[in-house]
Amino acid sequence: MSHASSPMRTGSALHIALSWLLRNHIWVFLALTVLVFSLASPYFLTLNNMGNLLTQGAFIGILAIGMTLVMIDGEIDLSVGAILALASALAIGLQDHMGVWPAVILGLLSGAALGFVNGTLVALSGMHSFVVTLGGLIGIRGLVFVYSGENALMVQDFSYTEIPEVYLGPVSLTAMIFLALALFFQWVLSSTRHGRETYAVGDNIEAAHDSGINVKRHKIINFTLCGTLAAVCGILLSMRLGTAEPNAGKIWELWTIIAVVLGGTRLQGGYGSLWMTIGGVLTLAVLRNGLRLLNTPNYVELMVMGAVLVLALALDKLLNHREGS
Amino acid sequence: MTDAILKVKDITKTFPGVKALDKVSFDIRPGEVHALVGENGAGKSTLMKTLAGLHQPDSGEIVYQGKTIQVAGPLDARQKGILLIHQELSLSPELSVAENIYLGAWPTNRFGVLKKRELRRNATAALEALGCGFGPDARVGTLSVAMQQMVEIARAEAFSANVVIFDEPTASLTDTEKDQLFHTIRSLKERGVGIVYISHKMDEIFDITDRITVLRDGQVQGTLDTSETDLNQITRMMIGRTLDTFFVKAKEEFGAEVLRVEGLSKQGLFRDVSFSVHEGEVLGLYGLVGAGRSEVVETIFGVRKADAGTLYWKEGEIDLPAARQSIDMGMALVPESRKEQGLVLMMGGRENTSLPHLRLFSELSVMNRTKEMAVFEKYRSALSIKTTGPDQPVSLLSGGNQQKFVLAKWLCADPKLIILDEPTRGIDVGSKSAIHELIADLAEQGLAVIVISSEMPEVLGVSHRVLAMSEGDVVAEFTGDEMTEENLIDAVSHHTQQVAAE
Amino acid sequence: MDISLSGLLRRHGLIVAFLVFLAGVALNADAFLTAGNILDVLRQVSITGMMALGVTFVVLTGRLDLSVGSLLTLLTVIVVDQHNSAGPFAAIVMTLGAGLAIGAFNGILVGFIGLNALIVTLAMLSFLQGLVLFYSGGSNVNIANAQDTWFAVFGRGDFLGIPVPVILFLLGALVAGLVLQFTTLGRRIYGVGGNETASIFSGIDARWTVFWTYVISGFTTGVAAIIMGSRVMGAQNTIGQGYELTVLAGVILGGTSLLGGSGSVWRTVLGISMLGFIQNGLLLLGFAYYVQWLVTWAVIIIAVWIDLGAKRGRIFA
Repeated sequence: MSHASSPMRTGSALHIALSWLLRNHIWVFLALTVLVFSLASPYFLTLNNMGNLLTQGAFIGILAIGMTLVMIDGEIDLSVGAILALASALAIGLQDHMGVWPAVILGLLSGAALGFVNGTLVALSGMHSFVVTLGGLIGIRGLVFVYSGENALMVQDFSYTEIPEVYLGPVSLTAMIFLALALFFQWVLSSTRHGRETYAVGDNIEAAHDSGINVKRHKIINFTLCGTLAAVCGILLSMRLGTAEPNAGKIWELWTIIAVVLGGTRLQGGYGSLWMTIGGVLTLAVLRNGLRLLNTPNYVELMVMGAVLVLALALDKLLNHREGS
Repeated sequence: MTDAILKVKDITKTFPGVKALDKVSFDIRPGEVHALVGENGAGKSTLMKTLAGLHQPDSGEIVYQGKTIQVAGPLDARQKGILLIHQELSLSPELSVAENIYLGAWPTNRFGVLKKRELRRNATAALEALGCGFGPDARVGTLSVAMQQMVEIARAEAFSANVVIFDEPTASLTDTEKDQLFHTIRSLKERGVGIVYISHKMDEIFDITDRITVLRDGQVQGTLDTSETDLNQITRMMIGRTLDTFFVKAKEEFGAEVLRVEGLSKQGLFRDVSFSVHEGEVLGLYGLVGAGRSEVVETIFGVRKADAGTLYWKEGEIDLPAARQSIDMGMALVPESRKEQGLVLMMGGRENTSLPHLRLFSELSVMNRTKEMAVFEKYRSALSIKTTGPDQPVSLLSGGNQQKFVLAKWLCADPKLIILDEPTRGIDVGSKSAIHELIADLAEQGLAVIVISSEMPEVLGVSHRVLAMSEGDVVAEFTGDEMTEENLIDAVSHHTQQVAAE
Repeated sequence: MDISLSGLLRRHGLIVAFLVFLAGVALNADAFLTAGNILDVLRQVSITGMMALGVTFVVLTGRLDLSVGSLLTLLTVIVVDQHNSAGPFAAIVMTLGAGLAIGAFNGILVGFIGLNALIVTLAMLSFLQGLVLFYSGGSNVNIANAQDTWFAVFGRGDFLGIPVPVILFLLGALVAGLVLQFTTLGRRIYGVGGNETASIFSGIDARWTVFWTYVISGFTTGVAAIIMGSRVMGAQNTIGQGYELTVLAGVILGGTSLLGGSGSVWRTVLGISMLGFIQNGLLLLGFAYYVQWLVTWAVIIIAVWIDLGAKRGRIFA
């Protein structure tokens, strides 16, 4: 096109790959963990196990997509675990009355509506999203109990549980949905007006506002997306389990934040991508899966996770001397 | 004479307690670079913010391309073709150059999908028109400050701006980068853009501008053709002699040396700074914003680290202290930014006053409230601070009263050396002269005082001796009759030219 | 002074609303405002309340501590297990020591290394949960001689008709309040939370200040674990799960700002007690226990919003 931009365009493939890796260092770490576990266990690097691992990771993964959007905006959503439980309860509880798909759609809508409420409260009140969604975490869990009582709802028609039993090779439908959504939202982040606004808002909210970006509406949209994705996760979970526990998804919001931060997306906003988040989600899934294959006790997993998170944070601080915390 | 593209007529803007702009009129012609100069607080930044829609004027009008307009906000200004390029850039580091140029106004299809090729093409055209050496794809966060500034300037091209306002554009540029910037400004000029150029740096003003408008105390002192005036005339207009500034100088009775600094250096901020100050002496430190003055005193006080240097406290060599130690020795720093560095705004005057000396106000770590109250009351009446009580949050006080609490918090522990960094910035005239009197009083009580100021009359009026700083170097020292504005200006601008020549 | 109703509402809207709620419940449930019931509520909130005291210190500096829930589990397991093997006195010392040590570790990571408090304490939450399972081997522990140990006094005892945990909580609140209001540490905490830069310019070492708040948080969680272990006379591996959020909700509800610098212990006591009375009142009115969560949601949003709106002078941002 133009000579002015040629240095960027003709940079060697190696250079591009290196600079990508520097920003997505989680993938290096992921490769290392995969390597370690494949050496440690013959069952790890098998197609079957990889498929399992993807499915296991997909649930936190879908939550992490929405969380990434919200976090790049410089906000946080602690209510995703509760939203997930409500959507899963509605999807199962309502299907006796209205049929499977209307119930599923209502479940999705409940997530969208609660996300919208979160976003609207944040935008209108100026309260920190941590406070708003902490309230949501508690209250929405209450909604779940009000709706379903204390007992798990059971699916009546077991064909419901067969919906996600579609495989492409070893890859389950759930995993495919996660990957498809992640790729779609990566495209949204990189190639649409809304996506670019997300970075602009998280990076420099004043500049974004001064450039005519409607910051409030923008944030409401991202919270709504985050809520909807939590509902998607909840519905897939209800299909997989055939039941909807009122306590489903408890403290999953914390695992989700861990996955996103592990990927490299920053809580301060303005920085991150779904490539990073996929890396974080997969790393978390590999650690869990690998440690279990090695028959390590449960506690090792939890301790390794905590240690890895602090190390990732310290590494990030070391690599990027960016201001503000 | 071409017709003006933008005319400002009799604009007045009042903030609580200050008339920031008083019937200001000036105009910008297409294809000219028009300098706006004045001391800090003269009204330059208020004026440019009014043009960019960040402030609404109380009265007066803005005539743009022959029509009276209202500028609702920065976006409105940009759409009308008026672009403000701030010192603090309004860019998103994570977005690409092209995306930043068109921030918030990206070309998209009906579904909100970016037309990346169009965006790239337009951005490339804008960058090429300015002769930028980089492409549209780089992330802005990876560019140098100068390149980032170029990205903002490219917006002028992209939105076909008719008026571009630069606010201290060279503050953080190297000389090559400055040349590049001037080159760009000239090419904008050739294309008929009207440019407002705000700077403290006189050599730049005479280098690049066609006309100069001087502001002082919110009023226009005059507009001159750059070719028909000189530094001396402009400086005189800038400083003027306001009737209400009357300085008291402390008696010249110096005691022992309190502090001596030798060879203090910090990469990129200041080099080889040496000086000393004695009991009863007021040492002025003059320099423009960015000369490194605040950094030097913050390093001495211990909230910054130095690369090299030696300190002598009461003639004994000491390690560079941490703030805690320097306070305990008897050093005090009234910092440049009252709200960010000076006060905990949600605390009252009582708690702010005792904050640096918690140990003095406590026994066995328990605060002695009686003592706190006594000290609070003492300084409330001594400095005549207007506050409703010891616990009224200082955020609710006027700038002058806030500054008096900053002084109180340091004076209450009887320091040996007090450093005042821009002690009168942004406060009303009454409080200003109270602070000037206080400086003289303190020196006569035997304190060593260092006063930093970019206001020449102030620094000359209160000090016994003045050091001039420029670009991180101490360039000259004046005492007695040598302490004149001409000498200070000469020293600083001579040094600036020297640095530029290197 | 503005003594109009609207002024009162603006300044103390939370308390007014709370009193209205109390009156409403009392009219409909006779048992509500009896001494016995009130002491019951206070007994229930004494554990979260005790933890919230320490967390208030952390939040006042503008940081967070999400690790207290897992820490409560760990310390309860320790106190119960050590009670069996080393005796009650040693168990208490070890529990408090472990609380202080883990608090100190958080304090080093956040205060000195400067890592993000939310993530550090979140990581600690996970790590400590692992530690719990490691320590307990995954099984629940119970105090063997539950009937005849003096250890029971902390959770089950009475003194002059007042439950000991309530006395501990109120005593703790008193000490915490005095520390914050009257000591140099308290002043440093408010200073760092209100304006960290200005505090550093005043010679305050923000790193140590932050460090100590985490140590205090670890300590109060230790005391809470002693009460918990004594009350339950045992510990499950999930006994403290989710407590970090309840605690934080109480602190926030009291009006302590997450941004730091504003808030107080008595506000935390108020916030935590409100949560307790809402729960108790709703139960007495015949609602299922989970209805309190919905009310808590609404109360948090409304309380914080009003607080923010009053400071800002406008309701909407």
